[in-house]
Amino acid sequence: MDTNHSRRQLAAMKQSLFDQGLLDEQFIQLEELQDDANPNFVEEIVTLHYRDSSRLISSIEQALKERNLDFNKLDTLMHQFKGSSSSIGAKKVKAECNLFREYCRAGNAEGCMRSFQQLKKEHAALRKKLEAYFQVSRV
Amino acid sequence: MNLSNGKGSTSSSVKTGDTISDQFPAGLRVLVVDDDPTCLMILERMLRACLYEVTKCKRAEVALSLLRENKNGFDIVLSDVHMPDMDGFKLLELIGLEMDLPVIMMSADDGKSVVMKGVTHGACDYLIKPVRIEALKNIWQHVIRKRKNGAKDVEQSGSVEEGDRLQKGSEDGDYSSSVNEGKSSKKRRDEEDEGEERDDSSTLKKPRVVWSVELHQQFMAAVNQLGIEKAVPKRILELMNVPGLTRENVASHLQKYRLYLRRLSGVSHQQSSLNNSFMSSQEASFGATSISGIDLQAFSAASQLQSQSLAKLQAAGLGRSTAKPGVPMPLSDQKNLFSFESPRLRFGEGQMQHLSNNKPMNLLHGIPTNMEPKQLVNLHQSSQSLGNLNMRLNAPAAQNNPLLMQMAQSQPRGQMLSENAGSHLSRFPSSLVQPTVTNGISNGVLGNGIVGNRNITSAYNSVPQNSSLLSFPMSQSNEMSVNSFPLRSSPGITSMPTKGMFHEDGTSDIKGAGGFVPNYDMFNEFNHQKSNDWDLTNTGMTYDASQHANPLQGEGMHQGNLQNVGQPLNNLLVDNSLRVKDERIPDQSTQINNMMSEQYGQEDLISAFLKQQEGIGPVEDEFDFDGYSLDNIST
Repeated sequence: MDTNHSRRQLAAMKQSLFDQGLLDEQFIQLEELQDDANPNFVEEIVTLHYRDSSRLISSIEQALKERNLDFNKLDTLMHQFKGSSSSIGAKKVKAECNLFREYCRAGNAEGCMRSFQQLKKEHAALRKKLEAYFQVSRV
Repeated sequence: MNLSNGKGSTSSSVKTGDTISDQFPAGLRVLVVDDDPTCLMILERMLRACLYEVTKCKRAEVALSLLRENKNGFDIVLSDVHMPDMDGFKLLELIGLEMDLPVIMMSADDGKSVVMKGVTHGACDYLIKPVRIEALKNIWQHVIRKRKNGAKDVEQSGSVEEGDRLQKGSEDGDYSSSVNEGKSSKKRRDEEDEGEERDDSSTLKKPRVVWSVELHQQFMAAVNQLGIEKAVPKRILELMNVPGLTRENVASHLQKYRLYLRRLSGVSHQQSSLNNSFMSSQEASFGATSISGIDLQAFSAASQLQSQSLAKLQAAGLGRSTAKPGVPMPLSDQKNLFSFESPRLRFGEGQMQHLSNNKPMNLLHGIPTNMEPKQLVNLHQSSQSLGNLNMRLNAPAAQNNPLLMQMAQSQPRGQMLSENAGSHLSRFPSSLVQPTVTNGISNGVLGNGIVGNRNITSAYNSVPQNSSLLSFPMSQSNEMSVNSFPLRSSPGITSMPTKGMFHEDGTSDIKGAGGFVPNYDMFNEFNHQKSNDWDLTNTGMTYDASQHANPLQGEGMHQGNLQNVGQPLNNLLVDNSLRVKDERIPDQSTQINNMMSEQYGQEDLISAFLKQQEGIGPVEDEFDFDGYSLDNIST
């Protein structure tokens, strides 16, 4: 049946995300909150997260364009971003956030830039995968 | 998501209302505050999964207004640490001060310092994000714990009715009956039917009320709500809605509070202006040291001193010892501990007015009580006003005597006096004031003395200038532990969260350490002379009982004396503290006499005072203080 197939596919996708270290336990927590009363809870959360995090990414980007980097501000912004990412279980993104903050604390502008680029990549990659994931789940 | 509306949204589940339902913890009313919409939504979902009744909001201010509008609408608050519009810790403080609800902090930050900050600011718990639902399943324990602790404090007063009350409809329901039985917080009852309980209490013997932090916070919230000027015991009692609490309890507590406020304002003034007033070193050291030492002890005894406040107090106290208290301490100085000076001076004159007019000062400076930061904040505001008050008061005071002037200057004291004095002091004969002005201590003394004396208070009002001197010796002079509560200091004064300070032991021994001018309330209620923990013993009235045979006379409190007196006095006070409990001062003179004797229990002292009295003349008639004539007040 298509449903079974979809379910298996879904399971495989999820497993893959976990295996690649893109998602962690928190994602499971979110799934557990999903029930008949809240059937699309996880998707709603993820959607909300990406909407909000885009805003944060823009802010960080702006801040990185300044001549003299304000590391405190960057650290604060990244702290927010990290909190949001960790709430959906975005494991790799979260790790990249930590790295970025390390560079901030060290006052390493270049490190920040590089880290941020990497972070954006991870962020975008996960987003795509999750979108695909939810697409299958809706089938 | 319904996060965006200003007020947040409520998901209804089991309604708990005021009583704990049988399904507890289901129905626990949680307010969650987080600027991150993702986290907020997840938390809401999790909390609802725990069967709690959840209200979420994105902004701290919204959360505060929700809490304020609906005083008993929530059981617990969860708040993020980093928020754009207000620091989470600040919100934590405010909630603790105003509503006394348990608050749990959350953050992705798990650094030790941040967690420590949560502890010091009074958070019940600290959760690291991402928060797991398991962590949320147990948050109800903080609600119970708080209630239990709150009840316990009140219980300690040995109330019979408490026990009775506890039996009925214990909030814990079947839930923790074994644990909380007997402890159900009397305070928390305000969520339950207090009406009946209140009725019961009236028939029972009134136990000594122990002003726990929570109770004090309720008190403060009520006072704030009413506005310091309108905060009359009856109304405060109504607002507090604590079963078993009597108007007298509230009244004496209020009195102390006002003293405290005065003291704070005085203290702050002191720091800056030490030089001016005559409150000279005597006062300074007197007030400062005595206050700090005594107060701190007192407060710490009563409550856990917040390290900050304690530090402040100490700083204030110590700092001031050398400074001349007379100078009105700028409000900014709030660090000063309750400047003893204020109590002394305050009586009278200008100070009083100032007090009433000024915006709240941060009286907290000196208050070592366990005021949590939030409390401190509030106090701070209060003291601010007080400070202002003092300032003003001082000014007028200066007119009469140089001493007085000084006193006036050392506002903080004056404030206390003035405040309360406003009404009470007016009666205080000016003549009284004048002679004593010499004493720097008068501030403190005045405060104390006046305590018992209604007349005195009124006198002060009218005699602003000297009032500070109003050597309150009249009454309890030091006893009035001006601890602190700013006597009616300006309306703006926010309630002093320090609960510890106002520890009422049922006896209003106003350990006036110094010069806190007893609040006018004191005069009214007189029974506020409780032996507060504040024990300012040194304040103002350096009644060095032993030495006093004459010291009172003229200068009353020498600096040296002050110091000494403070201590011994404290002892006296402590021991004898005027037990005014609920005594109104029907006959001031009598009262004062009584008080005096009570306090010092020393005939010598009394006679010494009496000697002083001579100079006072009219005062004597009126107040018949045995104690400290204004002369003694000088510090």
